[in-house]
Amino acid sequence: MTAIEAPRTPVRPAPKRGINWEKWGWIYMRASGVVLIVLIFTHLFVNLMVGDGVKAIDFGFVGGKWAHPFWQWWDVAMLWLALIHGANGMRTLVNDYTNPGLVQKALKGALFIATAALIVLGTLVVFTFDPCPAGSPADLLPSFCSAV
Amino acid sequence: MPENSAGTLTAPTKPAKQRPGGTLYRGREGMWSWVLHRITGVAIFFFLLVHVLDTALVRVSPEAYNAVIGTYQTPIMGLGEVALVGAIVFHAFNGLRVILVDFWSWATRHQRFLFYVVVVLWVVTMLAFVPRHLINVFSH
Ligand code: HEM
Ligand code: HEM
Repeated sequence: MTAIEAPRTPVRPAPKRGINWEKWGWIYMRASGVVLIVLIFTHLFVNLMVGDGVKAIDFGFVGGKWAHPFWQWWDVAMLWLALIHGANGMRTLVNDYTNPGLVQKALKGALFIATAALIVLGTLVVFTFDPCPAGSPADLLPSFCSAV
Repeated sequence: MPENSAGTLTAPTKPAKQRPGGTLYRGREGMWSWVLHRITGVAIFFFLLVHVLDTALVRVSPEAYNAVIGTYQTPIMGLGEVALVGAIVFHAFNGLRVILVDFWSWATRHQRFLFYVVVVLWVVTMLAFVPRHLINVFSH
């Protein structure tokens, strides 16, 4: 389909068989959006508004947060929901601004690879994080490291 | 204020002066909110790609992470963070507006009013955020 349909073109019924992925993508954008408001606004409030805000962020700050499974899962949920929401939104733009063909396939492939790679990387980072790496100067580490 | 109901093909009795009839999304608030939603969405996506990589530096070393996160604390990046938060806050509130317009017929009819609600909420949120953030960035 190359031309944009006229506004009042009668609806084409969705295929009767199989999963309607486009519909579930549409629903996902809305469901994830509602959850992301809470996740991201809290993330920004805790990291930018509380205390000295952005000036307080360093390795020790991250170590302090990820010492709690609560913030680990918070960040992982934010990572998955936001990246899939954003990538699916970018897919809409690719559909809007390119014609079907090799370029469109390549762009969607690049989106998929970048998103999958960052989801795996970000999840591993959260769950393999070591707040007290051996041999690092103590003043760079969270305060609880000296107790171990 | 009843608008032309979407989905009917009856011609308007008087030719519309400003607004093409029968569409929510062409021209004016309906279109500009969509343009902004799209631009902010793309901007946030590209920020997030970089942001996951910079956070991943905690697995390299404390020194590497601190060096990169230190650049977030410079005045120029501080202003960039204001732009980023402004983009997120608009996208989030307008996203809620889009959801309401999709599911609730009252909101569909009042989508233009709701756009101004989004603008007001955006201003209020930014008034709460920007002064505090800039004080953090430019003092200490
Ligand atoms: C200037 C604004 C921002 C700052 C200073 C900031 C700072 C941070 C910091 C310090 C972390 C480490 C862990 C933590 O504190 O929870 C982090 C992680 C994270 N942030 Fe942000 N953030 C900002 C904006 C955002 C935005 C807008 C999003 C979403 C679109 C986001 C998504 C994430 C995600 C998904 C993680 C986890 C990364 C991972 O799993 O490796 N951040 N951020
Ligand atoms: C803060 C909470 C968020 C809410 C409530 C939200 C809401 C929405 C909604 C409802 C849509 C669908 C619009 C439509 O179908 O017309 C959408 C599209 C989109 N969102 Fe979000 N979103 C949020 C966060 C994010 C984040 C973190 C990103 C980037 C990582 C993002 C990137 C996009 C993109 C690229 C689109 C496609 C825009 C378009 O098709 O014009 N959004 N958003």
